[in-house]
Amino acid sequence: MTRQVPATIAVILVVSLAIADYMVNPANPFQQPAIVALGSGASSAGGFCGSLPE
Amino acid sequence: MTAGALTTQMGLAWPRRTALVLAATAAVLAVMILVGVRYGLLLAVGLGFGLVLEGLRFGFAGPWRAMILRREPSGMFAHLLAIGLVAIVALPLIAARNGELTGALAPVGWAMVGGAFVFGIAMQVVLGCGSGTLINAGSGNPISLLALPFFAIGSFGGAYHLFWWTDLGSLPAIGVSSWSGVAITLIALVLIAIILFRMGAPGQRRFLGRHILAACLVAALALANLAVAGQPWGVVYGLGLWAAKGATTLGMDLSGSAFWSAGESTARVNESVLLDVTSLTNIGIMLGAFLVASWRRGGLSDRIPRLPFKAWIATIVAGLLLGYSSRLAFGCNVGAFFSGISTGSLHGWVWFAAAFAGSIVGVRIRPHLGLEPRR
Repeated sequence: MTRQVPATIAVILVVSLAIADYMVNPANPFQQPAIVALGSGASSAGGFCGSLPE
Repeated sequence: MTAGALTTQMGLAWPRRTALVLAATAAVLAVMILVGVRYGLLLAVGLGFGLVLEGLRFGFAGPWRAMILRREPSGMFAHLLAIGLVAIVALPLIAARNGELTGALAPVGWAMVGGAFVFGIAMQVVLGCGSGTLINAGSGNPISLLALPFFAIGSFGGAYHLFWWTDLGSLPAIGVSSWSGVAITLIALVLIAIILFRMGAPGQRRFLGRHILAACLVAALALANLAVAGQPWGVVYGLGLWAAKGATTLGMDLSGSAFWSAGESTARVNESVLLDVTSLTNIGIMLGAFLVASWRRGGLSDRIPRLPFKAWIATIVAGLLLGYSSRLAFGCNVGAFFSGISTGSLHGWVWFAAAFAGSIVGVRIRPHLGLEPRR
């Protein structure tokens, strides 16, 4: 077996995850935030490994 | 190789390479249209990380291993350079735009130190940190492909129990900011570089051009991540979120976890993974690594060496430990070491010391687990 097999499996898995999840939980592109956070005036609100939820 | 054979190979490579570029561009455009422009940009930033890290064969676990085993400091010089470059821009910017932009500030505590130490061990066992596991999986490394889902499960578990661990005792989050923070950070980075230089083997005390280029490109991408997302580059949160989604799909009730039952966590579990900053860059990193590995002539044609059964068991255990420990440590090499130090958090420095000590142990353990010939 060559490295082609695990590489292809990895890509298929991650793309399948994104597509399947999008099918179940579709996003609304009309409610998107500003293109860039810097200068947007909105507070940063993404999940991060260094932060604890309130 | 004859000129004719080379021309034939080039002819065969063109359609494949064109298809790879078109697929990556289509993925970014699809996310921009279906989810939002910001999210497409973050996928592009992740692709950039993947292209740079795999293309220049640069990472975190490898340079630490090179320093420990062969006293080659060049890769670690690159880490320090990249962190310094980011700090020079990020610290004043975060101070000026506090709220819009946030740093990777986290508390130092018992569990944090222990988590970083265990992460250092596990990282050297599978030879991949947070980003390294994604890069290696995307470029066809079966060890990383097996470790990745367990990394995600471990990250989910670590977050599930996180408050129990932080209750064991921790300081408040301590950090530096603005231009004074830049000065303190740069002085500390230079001191570490001097120590590494003095510890380097004679003849190895050099800074390779490939590493300098990688450091500059990684710094630029990390700053792009900060500007677009409003938060620093991270990896492990996204992996834990993927496992949390899997757990809820299988019917698991997350209300027993203070972390996963919090409002913002519940919202993220129930919305598209393409709205999560770290998930997007993680996906991009893996796709970027795949693109580079597929682009190279013969890049994915290497045969995979046979490994003993205990090596696969060790990989599963190390994957779980990578995920679990990185949550207790408030990040991996990316979220804690790279982003923590470059945005002024004390925990980044403590993480570095504890994880490097763990790496010294991990390098010694790895040959006994069947993952490489014993020295």
